[in-house]
Amino acid sequence: MKISYYPGCTLKTKAKELDVTARLCAKALGVEMEEIENWQCCGAVYPMGTDEIATKLSAVRALDYAKHHGGKLLTLCSACHNVIKRTNEDMKSNEDMQFRANNYMKLDEPYKGETEVLHYLEMLKNVIGFDVIKKAVVKPLNRKIGAYYGCLLLRPSGVMAFDNPENPTIIEDFIRAIGGTPVTYPFRNECCGAYVSLKNSELPKQKSRKVLMSAKEKGAEEVITACPLCLYNLQANGDGILPVKYFTELLAEALGVEQ
Amino acid sequence: MTKQERVENMQRLSGTDVRKCMKCGKCSGRCPAFKEMDIKPHQFVSMLERGKIDELLACDAIWNCLSCMACVERCPRGVAPAAVVEAVRDTVVRMQGKNGITAEEIPPIVDEFIPQQLLVSAYRKYNK
Repeated sequence: MKISYYPGCTLKTKAKELDVTARLCAKALGVEMEEIENWQCCGAVYPMGTDEIATKLSAVRALDYAKHHGGKLLTLCSACHNVIKRTNEDMKSNEDMQFRANNYMKLDEPYKGETEVLHYLEMLKNVIGFDVIKKAVVKPLNRKIGAYYGCLLLRPSGVMAFDNPENPTIIEDFIRAIGGTPVTYPFRNECCGAYVSLKNSELPKQKSRKVLMSAKEKGAEEVITACPLCLYNLQANGDGILPVKYFTELLAEALGVEQ
Repeated sequence: MTKQERVENMQRLSGTDVRKCMKCGKCSGRCPAFKEMDIKPHQFVSMLERGKIDELLACDAIWNCLSCMACVERCPRGVAPAAVVEAVRDTVVRMQGKNGITAEEIPPIVDEFIPQQLLVSAYRKYNK
């Protein structure tokens, strides 16, 4: 099975291991991730201003490409997923955005939000199935692992429809599938401090430490995430309280996939 | 442009209906940056409703809002305080000389591990 894939800027650079391990694992599980052509950076944050059109066009271009290449667009970075999914909702339900974006892009056929945006975790759960993954595991992880959701996958839940925003379970289910023991801790859906790192570095320091302390108090031995910025903030501000890894690195380890 | 028109512009830019707020304060109660916000999320909503935009445009809170959407998630009335913060931040950043961060400030604070995602997102939020 093939699926159109949007990697995003960071997965080609600082978060290469997230991209590489995800592709290898998908292949081992029978899915080929086909990188879409000529993708551009999504902008990393969803612009909320109602007059923001041009800043969302790279997402619309990727969505339109995927519409003609299988109808699904796979994302992996939490930020790309948030921006692309929210922009897709605009193209589906916001007439003003739909009209203005299409007016600018002059596609052969207007784009109206037809593409289904799918995060890699959603693919593991709904397309491949956690039960299938469980059977494919050659090295069960047997460790206590804390899922760190952060903000971007979950909120705003009305649009993201990813999981219960207050009590998510998808990453815990993933951890069980790879043979680990999920550790549920209160700060797993709290913000790490995000882009404020460049403006007021004290705030991400406090936020990230709280997340890791919370996971450690509940017995986690490591924390996993899908977001390169969360990983950076947690590592840079966490003083080594706990190791932080991409969830795909653990999947590769459990599946015995060599990098 | 009259003051009223400027207020209406900002309300439109936010895309959220501030009149629906019932002043329960859940947004501010959930805000992870609460201590750093000189104007709290619920105040953004009520001040925009009352047209106090000059006070909003002068605040520091716009630089500390994390856009984490926790306030939006908890609002029982479907108001989006984060979108009001963004409308104020957009309005400030779009003014000449009012960028929250400049290109010159970035190289000294960049370390070898900083993901592109951080640079792009901060630049999008703080610069025009």
